[in-house]
Amino acid sequence: MELKATREAYGKALVEIGKMDNRVVVLDADLSGSTKSAEFKKQFPDRFFNLGIAEANMAGVAAGLALSGLKPYASSFAVFITGRAFEIIRQSICYQDLHVVLCGSHSGISVGEDGGSHQSVADIALMRALPNMKVIVPADYSETYQATLATLDMEGPVYIRTSRAKSPVFMQNEPFELGRSKVVREGKTATLFACGMMVHLALEAAEILTKDGIELEVVNVSSIKPLDRETVYNSVKKTGRAFSLEEHSVIGGLGSAIGEFLAEELPVFIHKMGLEDRFGESGSKEDLFCKYGFTKEAIAERIKERLNG
Amino acid sequence: MGEFDNLERIARDLRKDILIMLNKAGSGHSGGSLSVLDILVALYFGGIMNYKPEDPQWEDRDRLVLSKGHACPALYAVLAKAGFFDRDLLWTLRKLGSPLQGHPDSKKLKGVEASTGSLGNGISQAVGMALAAKVLKKRYKVFCVMGDGELQEGIVWEAFMAANHYKLSNLVVIIDYNGLQIDGACNQVMNINPLKDKLEAFGFRTYEIGGHVYKNLIDTLTTAKRNVISPTAIIARTVKGYGVSFMANKVEYHGVAPTDEELEKALKELDNGA
Repeated sequence: MELKATREAYGKALVEIGKMDNRVVVLDADLSGSTKSAEFKKQFPDRFFNLGIAEANMAGVAAGLALSGLKPYASSFAVFITGRAFEIIRQSICYQDLHVVLCGSHSGISVGEDGGSHQSVADIALMRALPNMKVIVPADYSETYQATLATLDMEGPVYIRTSRAKSPVFMQNEPFELGRSKVVREGKTATLFACGMMVHLALEAAEILTKDGIELEVVNVSSIKPLDRETVYNSVKKTGRAFSLEEHSVIGGLGSAIGEFLAEELPVFIHKMGLEDRFGESGSKEDLFCKYGFTKEAIAERIKERLNG
Repeated sequence: MGEFDNLERIARDLRKDILIMLNKAGSGHSGGSLSVLDILVALYFGGIMNYKPEDPQWEDRDRLVLSKGHACPALYAVLAKAGFFDRDLLWTLRKLGSPLQGHPDSKKLKGVEASTGSLGNGISQAVGMALAAKVLKKRYKVFCVMGDGELQEGIVWEAFMAANHYKLSNLVVIIDYNGLQIDGACNQVMNINPLKDKLEAFGFRTYEIGGHVYKNLIDTLTTAKRNVISPTAIIARTVKGYGVSFMANKVEYHGVAPTDEELEKALKELDNGA
């Protein structure tokens, strides 16, 4: 299977929407080569602005551009754009419900060797808590490309999360729909909700579990906010048990979003898999995924234990 | 009769409006609203800004961002006087359902260009607006009114850096330099001086003027509008609580509304000064 990084798709899609709409402007904070916004700069240098190593100001400038009728896309590493600029995103972008698209690249622990300081484990939680903000965590290259294209016609603030590491391209290249989740594998024993590159891992874990007679339904929840309540409800109604898997803290992310909804509408057992309440550390992506349980074997084992326990 | 008697008369009336609004609201920021008022009056009624109250979103309008959002009673009084909305609305300040929020909300009130209130956030938005003018090839100017205490926020200097980097000559920053912040004198809490040197080092053509003197304000703002080289900064020296003797230069009136008794006293004083 082809391996590609989701950030590459973001850069490619930016160029496309830049051609589609001349109100699109792109901002970066000295990481345009890494976030891939540099692709846009090459094509449209007059509509690209590097704001330097100053993420908070970049967010405020994006708000000012949006107030003036432009469509700003601002990117940086997920940990900086959501954390460092949080208050500006809250006050200047979300409070005014401005159409600003923020892209956090190098998310999660798969960024690897740079260590815990550069690994975002709370960005989904931060962005999800803000009124008006939409949160998209695409599963692969294709979906990131489609999701980025779709942001052009969205309204209000959007956070889109990408990764540095390459991961399998497995989603169909079909239009992204905000607020829609996709059942990527049908099953009846339990539902595993996943986002980002964890979706493919979830499919692999599901494959392992068939040997034990466990038929896992896997749902790609790329639109974490708004959540596709109908798909979540229907799946869990069918299977009766829910698991979640994300490259993020188990506090405040995908698992929390699913759990909050289920607690109100369909109270069932949910087991959240992700980073326990802790920071990451330096290491290769593979070593880190091994240590923190993001392997198909470890995931399958945990699910089996919980189902049998 | 002086050249600027008309502006002074407007300012006197608006000072009364501000105090009445605050009194009716029972809370809000008196000192900073009174110190910034003459700057706003000069911008809106001194022939500096282009705007159309009947078409608040007119795309060629000049923009005013009140980065020191807590001084919004002054902005509200000015916008009402300029015709953006009915003056009676002023008396709903800070009340449930009112478009006159405790800090300016661009989504709720016509004429408010940017939501502000968390200090330092306005200047970044103003830089974005000035940058947008470049992309859109528009000739509008962006005026950003800031407090001196506000300059302690780090984002302010990030924004100044960007304004200089992108040569935003359509950006005019006016600093309402009243020398006081909540915990006391600015230079005691966190000294921002030498301010003029700092602003010049950040690429701003910088002026220091008396912020309650209309001739100074109009002359300097007119010069600033003509600058095509760099962004402009105007350090306008003001008095917190200006116009009301018992509030003037009193840090205690930063975030306090006048009581009925104080209001009566202040209004009388403003009338006698007429």
